[in-house]
Amino acid sequence: MHFQFTPNEEAFRKEVRYYLEREIPKRWRELGFGLWEETDESWAITRDWNRKLGEKGWLAVAWPKEYGGQERPVMEQVVFNEEMTYQGAPTGVETMMTIGWVCPTIMIYGTEEQKQEYLRKAAKGEIVFCIGYSEPGAGSDLASLTTRAVADGDDYVINGQKIFTTMAHRADYCWLAARTDPDAPKHQGISMFIVPMNTPGVTVRPLTNILGFHSFNEVFFDDVRIPKENLVGEKNRGWYQLAIALNFERSGVAAPAGAKRMLEELVEYVKETRRNGEVLAKDPLVRHKLADLAVEIEVCRMLCYRIAGMQSKGLIPIHEASMGMLFGSELMRHLTTAGMQILGLHGLLNRGSKWAPLSGAIMRGHLASLSLGVGGGTSEIQRNIIATRGLGLPREPRV
Amino acid sequence: MNLDFSEEQEMLRTTTRDFLTKECPKTLVRELEEDEKGYSPDLWKEMAELGWMGLVLPEEYDGMGMGFMDLIILLEEMGRNILPGPFFCTVILGSLPILEAGSEEQKKELLPKISAGELILTLALTEPSARYDATGVATRAVAQDDGFVINGTKLFVENAHIADYIICVTRTKEGASPEDGITLFLVDAKSPGIRCEVMPTMGADKLCEVVFADVKVPKKNMLGELDKGWPVVQRNMEQAAIAKCAEMIGGAQAALDMTLAYAKERVQYGRPIGSFQVIQHYCANMWISVETGKNILYQAAWKVGEGLPATKEVAVAKGYINEAYKFVSERGVQCHGAIGTTRDHDIGLYYRRAKAAELAFGDTDFQRELVAQQIGL
Ligand SMILES: Cc1cc2nc3c(=O)[nH]c(=O)nc-3n(C[C@H](O)[C@H](O)[C@H](O)COP(=O)(O)OP(=O)(O)OC[C@H]3O[C@@H](n4cnc5c(N)ncnc54)[C@H](O)[C@@H]3O)c2cc1C
Repeated sequence: MHFQFTPNEEAFRKEVRYYLEREIPKRWRELGFGLWEETDESWAITRDWNRKLGEKGWLAVAWPKEYGGQERPVMEQVVFNEEMTYQGAPTGVETMMTIGWVCPTIMIYGTEEQKQEYLRKAAKGEIVFCIGYSEPGAGSDLASLTTRAVADGDDYVINGQKIFTTMAHRADYCWLAARTDPDAPKHQGISMFIVPMNTPGVTVRPLTNILGFHSFNEVFFDDVRIPKENLVGEKNRGWYQLAIALNFERSGVAAPAGAKRMLEELVEYVKETRRNGEVLAKDPLVRHKLADLAVEIEVCRMLCYRIAGMQSKGLIPIHEASMGMLFGSELMRHLTTAGMQILGLHGLLNRGSKWAPLSGAIMRGHLASLSLGVGGGTSEIQRNIIATRGLGLPREPRV
Repeated sequence: MNLDFSEEQEMLRTTTRDFLTKECPKTLVRELEEDEKGYSPDLWKEMAELGWMGLVLPEEYDGMGMGFMDLIILLEEMGRNILPGPFFCTVILGSLPILEAGSEEQKKELLPKISAGELILTLALTEPSARYDATGVATRAVAQDDGFVINGTKLFVENAHIADYIICVTRTKEGASPEDGITLFLVDAKSPGIRCEVMPTMGADKLCEVVFADVKVPKKNMLGELDKGWPVVQRNMEQAAIAKCAEMIGGAQAALDMTLAYAKERVQYGRPIGSFQVIQHYCANMWISVETGKNILYQAAWKVGEGLPATKEVAVAKGYINEAYKFVSERGVQCHGAIGTTRDHDIGLYYRRAKAAELAFGDTDFQRELVAQQIGL
């Protein structure tokens, strides 16, 4: 065992940090946008940023060189993600979904043409995907989805509705799960498609998230025609491909890195804020809350390293990944809850008020953290996975 | 002991609930979040006609002469429905201190107008230090000519932007203790020198920053005695904390009801999610929180209503219900899945309100400290 990053990894971290400290746009810092905050302006900034990273080959550092990556080992990807989040780089969820989820699946199952078409552009920051999995009737029970894709000549014709589709209003393509065999058992009739969002028949309707921003949508497909080449992988094997794709998202080192930054900001705040004639930092209640969080952050970080360590060895973390995601999402809730307790009434204030501590970031983070235990598989489902697949406990009846 | 509400009280609850369900749908609640005023004048008028603003005011001031427990029922239903607007600050923070400390002249002038829905009041206590104790009061009032001049900054003042009068808690003397030397003034909100700004908050609940710059107040607008205003504030803070608890319990009950309905109706894996044991346990725990919260609320509210010492009971109730409402609304969102994290669904409204209510009139740490003092620590 050697609980330390290698000199190579440390050198890369230094390089990334040096770059981020200089290059993150000032305007982005002023906006102070966090998770699920999205406007035209932030979109323009993240888009430029992605192109810039893409030019450096940094948008997809772990990808093969031929698709625009740098073939860096998993641990360097971890270092990179950590720095990006810790430094607050202008990366939106669409980047994570495109680079971390969709494209790696295309890499495994796609044809060479598909890889050439989508991966290179994605790695350059030229295109983003949204993910069309959830439907009004199919959330946790994703395999019960009913959006249909029917073969017709050289095309597939798609009909149905998706919901909670993050960034569908910005995306170039939808990574779509649709039913191609309605008569097969539910896991065996699903296929994956790439649907250009500008195809006639695709309608995007906004939903407002709990922060009051437009980040996700309902997407309607009415007789949407796409060429057969847009099927990815094997027909009717989509569920199994999609299960692999879900695993890319779940190492989650960004959570402890972001939490560490927020904790440091809280520590600064309590050191310079007086209450009851005393600096807050001296209040044992405050100290204990912050110390507890520091413990949780370290524990989470080690858990994420463990998961990355498995991936370095080519193993696929399953219940481990669920643990990481669960721990990370709960960490964010604990952190922002404790943060709001410490900030008191002032913690209710949002950006725009000179009285808002940390420009309201803790309060917004608190609201945003509500969705962390839901999106990408709820905490209940993660616990089910840990209990059944990890511990081998029997499943609840009929699940 | 009799732990039940009377028949009249049950009826009050039903009529209140029916009225609010009809007149204050969630579409209105959402609209008012974006609205500059934050309340509906039409609805306000109707509420006045029902006698709500004067519910606990004596009949001689055109009130209904009902009890504090009746007001608790009303507030529970308002919390259940998330009624936006200046009821809480006008009635709890405005009329109660006047009723307690006002001169006969002040009462005669103001209370009937409050009953009639013609006046909106609020209380300006907290300052940038965000404290609910006397130490936090730094805003100064200095005697000048035949009145006083107020200077200072108040924060988190509910609905000051639409108020006709602001009861301003000021320091008029550096006394032996922080409590000594506090004086209350009824300040005309249109007085020159007042600058009021709605602050952007999580719940869009119209908390204001109010700056007093050389604001002149005539002597006759002093509420209660010079330098001896703190006990009035202290009692009002107990009333406000327990009144807030009533709103919170109403909200928690609504969040529970909504979650139960959803758990029965939402099907995943071929069965209602309410048939999963984890969801059942969440719901059971939520119910326990609501029921135990109610018991502790009613006991404390009864004591406050009877004018009995209730410092400990109120602190216990507010501390407990803070956590209960937060827990119930948070689990409520979780049981709803992603739809719960949108502004298109009601459950998130409750979550945001729970957070704001938790911090109003003393957060949980504050209440714990009060309880600690009460048990002899
Ligand atoms: C911010 C955000 C962004 C999202 N972005 C996308 C996106 O881009 N694309 C996309 O396709 N989807 C997206 N989603 C949707 C997400 O994948 C789903 O919300 C998730 O799969 C849960 O589904 P649901 O919301 O329908 O909840 P449901 O499945 O209806 O669950 C409701 C409740 O029941 C519980 N439950 C369900 N089944 C079980 C069980 N077997 N045992 C115990 N409890 C159970 C759940 O844990 C939850 O508490 C997003 C969601 C959020 C919050």
